[in-house]
Amino acid sequence: MPITYTSGEQIEVYRFSIPVTVGVPLIALFLQAFLPRRIFSIFDLPLLVTIFFAMARRNPISGLFTGAAIGLAQDMLGPYPIGIYGIAKTVVGYGASSLGAKLDVENAGARLLVTLGFYLVHQAVFFTVARGMVNLTLNWSWSRGILAGLANGVVGMVLYFVLDKFKQRT
Amino acid sequence: MESVLGRYRNLTILVGVLFLQVLGLAVQVKRSADAEHTRLIRIWVVDSITPLERVLVRVQNGANDLWHNYFFLRGVRAENRQLKEQIKQMRLEQVRLSEDAAQAHRLQSLLAFKEQVVMKTIPAQVIGSSGSDLSRSVYIDKGSNQGIAPDMPVITADGIVGKVLRVYPSTSLVLVINDQSSGVGVLLEKSRLQGVLRGTADGELILERVMSDEQVVPGERVLSSGGDQIFPKGFPVGTVIKVSPGKELFLNIQVHAAADLNRLEEVLVVTERQERVAVAESGAKVRAADILAQRLPSVPDKPATIGTVKPAVAAAATGPSLGAKVQPNGARRPDAATAGVPGTKLTERPGRVAPAKPVAATNHAASPVPGSGDTAATNGASADGGRENRPASSEESSSGSGSARTQSTPVAVPAKPPAPQSNPQPAITEDNPH
Repeated sequence: MPITYTSGEQIEVYRFSIPVTVGVPLIALFLQAFLPRRIFSIFDLPLLVTIFFAMARRNPISGLFTGAAIGLAQDMLGPYPIGIYGIAKTVVGYGASSLGAKLDVENAGARLLVTLGFYLVHQAVFFTVARGMVNLTLNWSWSRGILAGLANGVVGMVLYFVLDKFKQRT
Repeated sequence: MESVLGRYRNLTILVGVLFLQVLGLAVQVKRSADAEHTRLIRIWVVDSITPLERVLVRVQNGANDLWHNYFFLRGVRAENRQLKEQIKQMRLEQVRLSEDAAQAHRLQSLLAFKEQVVMKTIPAQVIGSSGSDLSRSVYIDKGSNQGIAPDMPVITADGIVGKVLRVYPSTSLVLVINDQSSGVGVLLEKSRLQGVLRGTADGELILERVMSDEQVVPGERVLSSGGDQIFPKGFPVGTVIKVSPGKELFLNIQVHAAADLNRLEEVLVVTERQERVAVAESGAKVRAADILAQRLPSVPDKPATIGTVKPAVAAAATGPSLGAKVQPNGARRPDAATAGVPGTKLTERPGRVAPAKPVAATNHAASPVPGSGDTAATNGASADGGRENRPASSEESSSGSGSARTQSTPVAVPAKPPAPQSNPQPAITEDNPH
């Protein structure tokens, strides 16, 4: 699989304009809330945006704060206590940016795998917090997790390709 | 120490951010145990997102209306013809059902059953969802300004949808019944088994707490039991689609929701309910047989048979509406009723019919607990599983059971248990101006 290990010097770090930094997560949150549930219920657009920004910036601190902000905003729209998605996306943001700093994950196949992996990490953290701390009665489904992870990976490939246009070299 | 923190700076910040969020969660969990409050920050976020959603929903609806009402009108005439035919069929069906409903109402009245009637509903439009893939909740465009409060049931014409979870000034968050944290007390229509309906991660509905030795067949309707103290009893919830052995001693029953939970557009929020003792309708009201007689052109004129009907009318005036109403045969065959067939004679001599086949009496024998509350068997049923006490078995506990037994024998002629005590859907349409 074309995930290539690259030294720190070879990896390019990107930044984004403020409108993109603020607008893209907001649009993702809005679409997640607005699009019909029947078709889009398995997609997690805010998660995909978190992974994209974290991997592009390759800065763990920036990644974890991006994840925390997007996750908390998602929490505020949902029915559960604020912080469940925040914690899950903080971990994903940190992990994705740390991975982005070490690996070159620019090609589509690598992105698909990374998205699948982080989707599962996100769900695992979410379920752990929801069941362990908040005592929500949620059931884990491996089949759903993997299928949804793959679906998010495919959508992520397209989304990342679009968002690549907004990258600015530092 | 500083060098360690400096070396693991990223990890330290991660732990710090996570700790803060965990702390925040802990505070919320503790507070929500005391009293549920809507956090100000939630209100800000919701208020900033929902106006945009409203605008988009209106634009979307406008475009849909334009397409469906002006451009896409192919086959409307044919459809109109079909619908008219359907209306004719449904009118006949309505006559039959109204007779059944009236009969059930009389039984409730005799047994002093209390019923919950939906007095007022507020129509609302779904404008968005929660924005997370694991929760099933939607936003509606009505909030506390319109009189919405937490825990109000949300329904559609097809069945129940969920309950109001959080209320904002102009919007509300509705927890849909297929959310994993949702639970609805339900009962199966025929077997009267009770259970708890929960959502799954996939958005499916699973009926829990039904013992594996019970007989549940796919296709059976699932109704709300009222045991959760949120949804009124008797509302359609869904249909059993699959039954399989589940964990421990319970069945795993998959239910298909009656309302299309993935395509919610307009819903009704039940804002006012009233518990009242069922009152039998007076005999002066129009009978189903009369309605049918008016609608069927082949029915002979009534004045010719007035003489034969008279005794039944007299019985209705003296008795508790039994004489005039208990004419199931007549209701289905109005021409026979006017000719003084046994259906009419039966009302004149109720005492003779009583010992023949009193279904109510056989049910009395099955009642093990005399003196229990008259509504407990039906209204106060808990959602903790087990078999529900049948309404008929609670007759004995009602204060008027003695008189009910003597008077209700003609009423008990149809050999079937009483229908669910409330008939909520007509109540909505009658009492609710919306």
